[in-house]
Amino acid sequence: MIELRGVAKRFGTNQVLRGIDLSLPKGQSMVIIGGSGTGKSVLLKCILGLVRPDAGTILVDGQDVERTNRDALLARFGMLFQGGALFDSMRVWENVAFRLRRGAKALPKARAREVAVEKLRRVGLKPEVADLFPAELSGGMQKRVGLARAIAAEPEIIFFDEPTTGLDPIMSGVINELIREIVVEMGATAMTITHDMTSVRAIADRVAMLHDGLIRWTGPVSGMDAADDPYLQQFIHGRAKGPIESVR
Amino acid sequence: MIANLLAAIGRPVIAVLAACGRVTLFALEVLSHLLRPPFYLREFGHAVMQIGWNSLPVVAMTALFTGGALALQIYAGGSRFNAESVVPSIVAIGMARELGPVLGGLMVAARVASSIAAEIGTMKVTEQVDALVTLSTNPLKYLVVPRLLAATLVVPVLVAVGDSIGIMGGWLVGISRLQFNSAVYLKNTVDFLEFWDIGSGLVKGAAFGFIVALMGCHFGLNSGRGAQGVGTATKSAVVGASVLILATNYLLTGVFFSS
Repeated sequence: MIELRGVAKRFGTNQVLRGIDLSLPKGQSMVIIGGSGTGKSVLLKCILGLVRPDAGTILVDGQDVERTNRDALLARFGMLFQGGALFDSMRVWENVAFRLRRGAKALPKARAREVAVEKLRRVGLKPEVADLFPAELSGGMQKRVGLARAIAAEPEIIFFDEPTTGLDPIMSGVINELIREIVVEMGATAMTITHDMTSVRAIADRVAMLHDGLIRWTGPVSGMDAADDPYLQQFIHGRAKGPIESVR
Repeated sequence: MIANLLAAIGRPVIAVLAACGRVTLFALEVLSHLLRPPFYLREFGHAVMQIGWNSLPVVAMTALFTGGALALQIYAGGSRFNAESVVPSIVAIGMARELGPVLGGLMVAARVASSIAAEIGTMKVTEQVDALVTLSTNPLKYLVVPRLLAATLVVPVLVAVGDSIGIMGGWLVGISRLQFNSAVYLKNTVDFLEFWDIGSGLVKGAAFGFIVALMGCHFGLNSGRGAQGVGTATKSAVVGASVLILATNYLLTGVFFSS
C-alpha cells in the first residue's frame, strides 16, 4: 500500500504540490489525472525518491521511504517513462534485462536474454526485435519495450508515466490493454498518470484528480461520471469553459 | 548608481564562486564512490576506447604539426644568437613539459568533454538518468566513475604518444628543412631530456584527464531541458575544462619547476 500525507514540493517560486494526501491499496490500479504542468510527474518522482519533497511523508507498506533502504525499495518498483527512456547505447534485450543482470541476484547473460525475449513476447514483440537498437524502433514499439523493461523483474508496484502520449489511437488501445492485463496478471499495485480519458477508463480501478497542487477529487472510476465536482467534470469532458483556466 | 554597479560586478563573481563550489562538491561525491563497489568494468572499457583510442588521431596530428612548427620557430629565434643547435633539446623539453600535455589536454577537452556532456545531457533530458535510478543503478557509479577513471588513466598515455610524435615532427622538419644530421638531432634530443621532463608532463596529463571527464559529467548531469539545455551544457563543459586545464597547468608548473 502506498500512502502520501501532506506531500509538498516547490521549485523556486513555483509551488507545484501543496500538500497531497492520497492512499493506494495493494493490488489496485490508480490513475492520476490533471492538466499539463499540475505536478503529476513530480508526484511520481517524489514517491520514487527522484525528487525530494519539501514536506510530508510517503509510506510504502507502512514504511517511510526516506528511512528505508533505497535499493531494496526501488527493487520493488518498475516504471514506464513517458518517452520510454530506453538506453540508446544498448540493444533492446539489454535494455529489458538491465536490472536482471545487476545486483546480488544477477542472472547469467544467456538466462537474462531468455527472460528478456519472453517479456518482449508478453508485450507483443517478436524475438527478432531483441537485437535491434531503440533508435530502430517506432514510438509504439519503444513504449512496449519500456513496458517489458518495467515488468522484467516482476515488481510489486508499477508506475506508468503518460503511457499513451504520442501514440495513435489504435496503439494507445493496445498499450492500455497490455497495461491492464499485466497489472491483473501480476497482481501488481499500479499508479498511472495521464490526461487521456480513454486510458483512464481502460486502466483505472480508482481515479484521483490533481489540480493546483492538491487532490481535487478521488474515487472509483465507476463514480467519476456521476461526481458533482465541476473541476472533474470540466476535465473529463474536455470543456474549454469552466473553473479550470484554459490558459495556464 | 554605485550600488547597481557593485551589484552588476558581484552577481557574476558570486555565480562563478557558486559554480566552483558545485563542481568541487560533485568531485568529492564522485571520489567517495571511486573505491566502493559495484564496479562497472564494461563501461570502464568502453570509456577507455572512447576517450583514449578514439582521441589518438587528433592528439597525434596536433602533436606532429606543433613539433614541426616549434622546430621552425626555435631555429629562427636561435639563429639570432647563433644557437641553432638547441633546436632538438628545446623541442623535446617543450613538447614533454608543456605543449604535449597542454595541447593534448585541450584537444581531449574539445573532443571528449563535449561528447560526455552531450551524451549524459541527452540521457538526462530523455529521462534515461532517472530510469537508471529506478533500475537500482547509481548514475554516479555507472556513468561518472568509469569515465573519470578512464580519462585519468588514458590521457597520460595520450600525452606520452603526443610527446613522441611531437618530437618526431621536430626531427622531420629538422632533417628535411633545417639541415640537421639525423643521428646528431636524435642524440641531442636524448642527451638533454631528463626523466622529470617527461614525468611532469604525464602527471599533468592525468590531472587534465580528470578535469575533462569531471567537467563533461558535471555539466551533462546538470543539463537544462531540451536541445538548448544540452547545447549549453556541452559548451560550458568545453569552456570550463579548457580554462581549468590552463589554470591547473600554471599551478602544476609552479609546483614542479619554480625552485
